[in-house]
Amino acid sequence: MADTALTVPLRSPLAHAAGRLAAVTRTSGGAVRLAELPFLTQVNVRLDPKGAAADAVGLALGLPLPVEPDTVVRAGEQTALWLGPDEWLVVGPPGGQRELESRIRDAAGDEPVSVTDVSAQRTTLLVAGPRAHDLLAHGCSLDLHPRVFGPGRCAQTTLGRTQVVLVARDDPGAGFWVLVRSSFAGYLTDWLLDAAVEWTG
Amino acid sequence: MLLIPCPWCGPRDEAEFHYGGQAHVPYPQDPSSLTDEEWARYLFFRDNPRGPFAERWSHTAGCRRWFNAVRDTSTNEILTVYRAGEQRPVAFQPSPAHPARPAFEDEAVQAEGGPGGTAPSGVEGAQPLHEGKGRGGGGESTQPFRHPTRGRIHRDEPLTFTFDGTEYQGYKGDTLASALLANGVIQTGTSIKLGRPRGIFSAGVEEPNAVVQIEEPFPEPMLPATTVELHDGLVATGLPGQGRLATTPDPARYDAVHTHCDLLVVGAGPAGLAAASAAVRSGARVILADDQPEPGGSLLGTGELLDWVDETAARLDAAPDIRVLRRTTVFGYYDDNHLLAVERRTHHLGAEAPDHLSRERVWRIRARRVVLATGAHERSLAFADNDRPGVMLAASARTHLHRHGVLPGRHAVVFTTNDSAYATALDLTAAGVAVEAVVDTRPEPGEWAERARQAGIEVLPGHAVIATEGAPRLTAVTVAPYGETTGRREFAADLLLVSGGWNPVAHLFSQAGGKLRYDEELGTFVPDASRQAVEVAGGASGVFDLARVLAQGAAAGARAIETEGYTAEAPPLPRVPAHPQTPPMRVFTVPGREGAPRFVDLQRDVTVDDLARATGAGMRSVEHTKRYTTAGTANDQGKTSGVLASGTVAELLGVDVSALGTTTFRPPYTPVSFAALAGRDRGALSDPVRTTALHAWHVAHGALFENVGQWKRPWYYPRDGEDMETAVLRECAAAREGVAFMDASTLGKIDVQGPDADVFLDLLYTNMMSTLKVGMIRYGVMCRPDGMVFDDGTVIRLARDRFTVTTTTGNAAAVLDWMEEWLQTEWPELRVHCTSVTEQWATVALVGPKSREVLGLLAPRLAVANDDFPFMAWRDTTVAGIDARVCRISFSGELAYEINVSPWEALTLWEALHEAGAPYGITPYGTETMHVLRAEKGYPIVGQDTDGTVTPQDLGMNWVVSKKKRDFIGKRSYARADTARPDRKHLVGLLPEDPGTFLPEGTHLVAGGVLPEPPVPMLGHVTSSYRSAALGRTFALALVKGGRDRIGERLYAPVGDRLVPVTVASPVLYDPEGARRDG
Repeated sequence: MADTALTVPLRSPLAHAAGRLAAVTRTSGGAVRLAELPFLTQVNVRLDPKGAAADAVGLALGLPLPVEPDTVVRAGEQTALWLGPDEWLVVGPPGGQRELESRIRDAAGDEPVSVTDVSAQRTTLLVAGPRAHDLLAHGCSLDLHPRVFGPGRCAQTTLGRTQVVLVARDDPGAGFWVLVRSSFAGYLTDWLLDAAVEWTG
Repeated sequence: MLLIPCPWCGPRDEAEFHYGGQAHVPYPQDPSSLTDEEWARYLFFRDNPRGPFAERWSHTAGCRRWFNAVRDTSTNEILTVYRAGEQRPVAFQPSPAHPARPAFEDEAVQAEGGPGGTAPSGVEGAQPLHEGKGRGGGGESTQPFRHPTRGRIHRDEPLTFTFDGTEYQGYKGDTLASALLANGVIQTGTSIKLGRPRGIFSAGVEEPNAVVQIEEPFPEPMLPATTVELHDGLVATGLPGQGRLATTPDPARYDAVHTHCDLLVVGAGPAGLAAASAAVRSGARVILADDQPEPGGSLLGTGELLDWVDETAARLDAAPDIRVLRRTTVFGYYDDNHLLAVERRTHHLGAEAPDHLSRERVWRIRARRVVLATGAHERSLAFADNDRPGVMLAASARTHLHRHGVLPGRHAVVFTTNDSAYATALDLTAAGVAVEAVVDTRPEPGEWAERARQAGIEVLPGHAVIATEGAPRLTAVTVAPYGETTGRREFAADLLLVSGGWNPVAHLFSQAGGKLRYDEELGTFVPDASRQAVEVAGGASGVFDLARVLAQGAAAGARAIETEGYTAEAPPLPRVPAHPQTPPMRVFTVPGREGAPRFVDLQRDVTVDDLARATGAGMRSVEHTKRYTTAGTANDQGKTSGVLASGTVAELLGVDVSALGTTTFRPPYTPVSFAALAGRDRGALSDPVRTTALHAWHVAHGALFENVGQWKRPWYYPRDGEDMETAVLRECAAAREGVAFMDASTLGKIDVQGPDADVFLDLLYTNMMSTLKVGMIRYGVMCRPDGMVFDDGTVIRLARDRFTVTTTTGNAAAVLDWMEEWLQTEWPELRVHCTSVTEQWATVALVGPKSREVLGLLAPRLAVANDDFPFMAWRDTTVAGIDARVCRISFSGELAYEINVSPWEALTLWEALHEAGAPYGITPYGTETMHVLRAEKGYPIVGQDTDGTVTPQDLGMNWVVSKKKRDFIGKRSYARADTARPDRKHLVGLLPEDPGTFLPEGTHLVAGGVLPEPPVPMLGHVTSSYRSAALGRTFALALVKGGRDRIGERLYAPVGDRLVPVTVASPVLYDPEGARRDG
């Protein structure tokens, strides 16, 4: 939808919080960096990983869909996140959902696949900086130590009192993506800002 | 918190999972062929064994996969997990219990500079006194009981504090208790039941007496003065056994942090320091937690090995993978090595505490291995008048001397059953206290007695204290040969130091599920075996010889990290001289002056006589005597009294204490504030608030909000001065007469795709969905297998193999889970997938006779005429220039549309509707108006008009239950006798006879105009009740027995002390012929 309605300005779930997020980066002296990465393309893909569609879709995307649980595969600007044994989330730059959806459908041909545009279902928060781990550890029970949750890892879990998809970015210093349901994004932002007070003083 | 191993994602916290009941109970192939009894067995009967049990779980907060687990229902251990559809594994082993400490041969770690503790080094005095940090400075003149040089206090940092209204001086490094003792104050309050004067009894968390109220900087009740770090400006008062909660909100921050480690060491005494230092440079992640401000544990109190303590602490602090948590009490030990600790981060800073740091932090620690080095608590003895201020645990007096440079008295008598109190006697003597006598119950106290005599102390072997004098403070102690009343001697003393032996601090081990065993030699209970990955070292394991303690700690630490794949190195351990040992004597109660109370539990004022009353009343278990007398139930949880109580009860019953055991140890080890447990989950963050893309508009336009699940939904939009009733009547009138709009984005939306999507929906809904044409919409109801309504919504057919279904706002997640459960566990062969798209779309309901005109203005490409765009059809188009899916659905009976757009563009759509509708008086409305409009039409709301006991037929919706489908969830239950009863409750309308009378929701309904004697037969209750603008009166919906056969009948509704007459009506009270639907 969004990529055709060019005349209407888009408003992201955390547009109202951009200033408060940027202030954390400033007042923490960079110890914690927070920002919304709005409008990322997100397409949910369901298919049989052993079926013919898996390889075809992988070829069409230019990246194999990861089969190891809780891992991601990246190629260029595209990232495929494992969400389940037959479920992936393909994330890319804003505006690509229609093209991506049809590319996957075309590749699958007659094989049964389900492809759903969920770009607006969740928004993405960047949580980075040397204290990113410590900040997330305030509300996430997973072991986020780089040895355990390094580049290439993702997880669906709970942060604070809401469900999120956590993605470790490629460079260990680059922090995390936190994908959160849009309706919970305001709550999670308030929660992150409160937890960051430790460093923003 | 259990760790449940998801077969896909690996071990995750139990909170991420949802329980699904017994596994391998398949949905019957052909429910219609089952007898009622067979069907009822499937519906309602499940096994409930003790032991291994196969059950279903869903990783709801993770990969959303259902799987099976075999759990031992008696231990909660997950024995194995396997994927849905796989066979239950036949072989699995529960994890074995292993000993709390391995046999000594395994502990061959050599202390640097020689084997620890094997060679006796001759008769010596106790350790030389540690020289204090910093000397002189003023203050001694105002602190008459302060030793001029001893202790680890910072004499260059004097502090002023107030206790019971008097200002005193102390030093940084003092506790409130030690500072009071330095000032000659030993009495801190009175006891809870008897009001007897009570004084400082210990030097740590076990303190039963000196429980104080902190007044400044922030009010806190019931803190042991022995654990309160002194800071400048502290104001405290003594308590009569009971504190006062603060009456103002606590302004401080509290938080929690999750952390993971290879090894958690609890306690930084000799064993804990040795355990942690075995891991230095190994790369293992280690946490060392200790409740004191500085590491050292018991060594701080004995003054031994302090250089080694400082060196080791420095090495640990410098090690990159070791985190030393000071001022941190591990208070709970739960499943799968999950431990909770509370760190007191800013208490000791007083008014200087920075606002941005949390005052307390709860550490949620998941440890691969745990070493408990929690030490031991000294035990008291039950002798006559053993509660006067001036009676103190012997080792605590030594601690006050070595840590704080405090002399707890001038003239002391020591009363002991074991060796340990002699070191106190010797150290106090060296510090200038006159130790009048050591009274030892043992007839032959051995080498330590010799040492005492050499230091000029009189030792009375085979003696006991039989009486004390003093009001309030102790002035005299009477002793006599043990067990006798003749041969008395009286000593003038202001201090009576008691040691009845030592109890390992086994609380955490016991909480972890570990078993304790009675140790004959120690006369107490020690850790035995546990299924968790834990070892116990040092005093906590019943080992008190310092060299052995060090070796044991180092070995336990090394074993733990080597099990985790790291290489340990032998840490430098100090050479420790061995001390002579004479076995302790097991003594609990001591005969004394007739009628004098002998206290067992000082904090609850429980005496030997009280326990005798309990056993006299027939109690035979310490769990029963505890509840009968309250012994051990105070906020010290009986740390000094628990084993003493067990011993006393054993004596009263004439059994051995080993047969009696202890009461159960439960978390928390020490009291934890609710604020700390709540962390940041309070106030605005206590529960997530979900908002729609239009939330800011609603706020800006004065909406009041209703909580629906976690959503904030506009309730109504009062204009200047309007009350709710007026606003809702206005909003309803706009929807019925003109045009109105509401934010319906919170409705759950699920994308259902796949070649078998229609087959799946036919199984899920009571009505037929496969016949729905692309481009059309159908209302549907979902039921549970028992036939009761679970959810309702609309099904939109997007393509042959694709649907969007909507759910009620509160049930969105439950419906998706329900779909996944059936797909994954019962019908894996169906090629269909379900994906939540609730937030992918924002939805605006545009309602009213003028809605078509407003939509037409904004959707020029859409043919809006009724023939072109009929009821229950949907169209993709643009509205206000925005891609939109418009559905002709009505929840009000009026002509209405639901416009779905991207939430990123929702505000633009909303504002365009607001502007285009302005000439028609477009009115935003909230959930209250929505409820009135639907109720006027008799549309039920699942969860308000239903409660899990209501069938579609009960709601008058026979038409929604397919007769054609072979099966669907719930179908078989409609043939059960219970669902076919004519007297089931039906949903009906109610019209109060007085059109102005409002029936509160929940009001009962009865038959007659006069209430009979109770019990009054109840015919039903009001589920929804409103004032209607369209009807010009009040009305209600109700569930009434046989209600459809009572239409026109008069019933009565007891409201307060009145019986309100009401008439039963059809639930459809407005436009029953449906004339308004098409505009």
